[in-house]
Amino acid sequence: MNGLAPRPLTRWIIGIVVGFLFALPLVSTLLFTLKDGDGYSLVHWTSLFDPAKAAVFAPIWVGLGNSLILAVVTVAIVLFLLAPTMLLIALRFPSFRRPFEFLVLLPITIPAIVLVVGLAPIYQQIGRTLGTGAWTLAFAYGITVLPFAYRSIQASIDAIDVRTLSEAARSLGADWFTVVTRVLAPNLRPGLLAASLISVAVVLGEFTIASILNRQVLQTGLVVVNKIDAYASAMFTLMALAFAFLLLLIIGRAGRPSAGKKNS
Amino acid sequence: MTSPDLVAGPDLDRVTSPAVPEPTAPARRGAVRVGWAWLGLVPFTAYVLLFLALPTVLAVGSGLFDDDGAFTLANVAALGDPVILTTFWNSAWLSLLTALIGAIVGAIVCYALLGLPETGAVRTMVDAASGVLAQFGGVMLAFAFIATIGLQGLVTTFLMDGFGIDIFANGPWIYELPGLILPYIYFQVPLMIITFMPALSALKPQWAEANLTLGGTSSGFWQHVGIPVLAPSFFASLLLLFANAFSSYATAAALASQGSQIVPLQIRTALTSETLLGRENLAGALAFGMIVVVAIVMWAYSFIQRRASRWQA
Repeated sequence: MNGLAPRPLTRWIIGIVVGFLFALPLVSTLLFTLKDGDGYSLVHWTSLFDPAKAAVFAPIWVGLGNSLILAVVTVAIVLFLLAPTMLLIALRFPSFRRPFEFLVLLPITIPAIVLVVGLAPIYQQIGRTLGTGAWTLAFAYGITVLPFAYRSIQASIDAIDVRTLSEAARSLGADWFTVVTRVLAPNLRPGLLAASLISVAVVLGEFTIASILNRQVLQTGLVVVNKIDAYASAMFTLMALAFAFLLLLIIGRAGRPSAGKKNS
Repeated sequence: MTSPDLVAGPDLDRVTSPAVPEPTAPARRGAVRVGWAWLGLVPFTAYVLLFLALPTVLAVGSGLFDDDGAFTLANVAALGDPVILTTFWNSAWLSLLTALIGAIVGAIVCYALLGLPETGAVRTMVDAASGVLAQFGGVMLAFAFIATIGLQGLVTTFLMDGFGIDIFANGPWIYELPGLILPYIYFQVPLMIITFMPALSALKPQWAEANLTLGGTSSGFWQHVGIPVLAPSFFASLLLLFANAFSSYATAAALASQGSQIVPLQIRTALTSETLLGRENLAGALAFGMIVVVAIVMWAYSFIQRRASRWQA
């Protein structure tokens, strides 16, 4: 390991230079939100709770509410549609694994802006049958999170022996529902948790599909408010980035031990 | 293959232990299960067909078929329009430039992270931060850069007040094509860290030790072993970065609220105003053009990646 690793000085120089350049936009945004005339104060942050400014922030709150609903429905799609299908393939159709992997990784290749061209007519139909509720967008988001969610869940499936576990449970008299919910799901918890959290992060950060389809989500709300009150969008930007960072940090902590176990 | 077993199983059991009825039950259930198992794949398949396959076919198809459903190349011919060619060219050089810078800077950061424990605080933080900036930044990165190098941005005013340098002496380029370069690099470098780090971590320390034992130098190791082994992964990541920038929409949409300098923004314009350039279905033609470019790049990516994975067993 020592033969490959850079010298501490090299490591520090790279870390400080790149770290500084990457911190600059975030620090600038933070200082921007603290600006008060020529000095600095928390006046913009306290204005978040000012009823007089509530109308300005309204698009963000509406968008955030919609995004949270979408996050819940998208996580439901991941947990109740993707995960069971992956288990079924692992248990019954192992030969489908490669084609299935190719399929769920496809959304990485197809740009969202291309997908949305084809989604527009589909959502016109959905608008007629299911209504224009915010939650319907989750069908599209479920597709965009597929590659991320798949990788997290598959790592957990690979780390345990689903076949032996389910056969053991079956031979002890458990029905399939019990096998999935009480034997497999608890063992796959790190992967399911990571898949759920990353789905939340993707949904909260999604802009392309929502904006082209004229839906109100957090990111489109930020763009609307940015034109009226740039401080508000800057503050919410910082909070949203910090929240996504926190989610990924939890995923890193939750996902690591199982991956480590597999390797050692 | 299985059916004789299913029939034979219970018969054998009945001979050896006729009093136990269980063997027949699992066998019959097994037979039924295969039938049900196929049905279990139906919901997901239907979902993917409806929300991934159908939109893709519709997007590309609307560029290849006219309103009456007849096959036509008239829309695709629009891709030869000088305006459209310019946007594709803009997209291409912006993606290539930011992919190159992102790949080089990202690889340097990966090198700096080499040897740090994967579960350690530094790696965990860098991984999480990279994930946020590479995948979920979008619109928010645009705002961060407006606060940094916008007309009133921190760096802009610092350079102006401190050194008398007006970075916008030639006009407010941040809201135009050149303004996209820095924000794009800002999400390309983290993506490089995410995609290239596994390849770099897979370099075997034993190789370096063998090199040292045989009297090689550290720079000799990188020149003769490290870089040749990593080159395929590096180029694969470079292609991924190119595709990423090429298909990125959110940051550009938030920064350049008017105009359509790059292909994704041109698609936005085509979708919102029906008769751009006097052509219908232009969005479909543009989507088709984009998919062709991205598909070629991603095909090359998977081809190189397959070669690269030889060293990552």
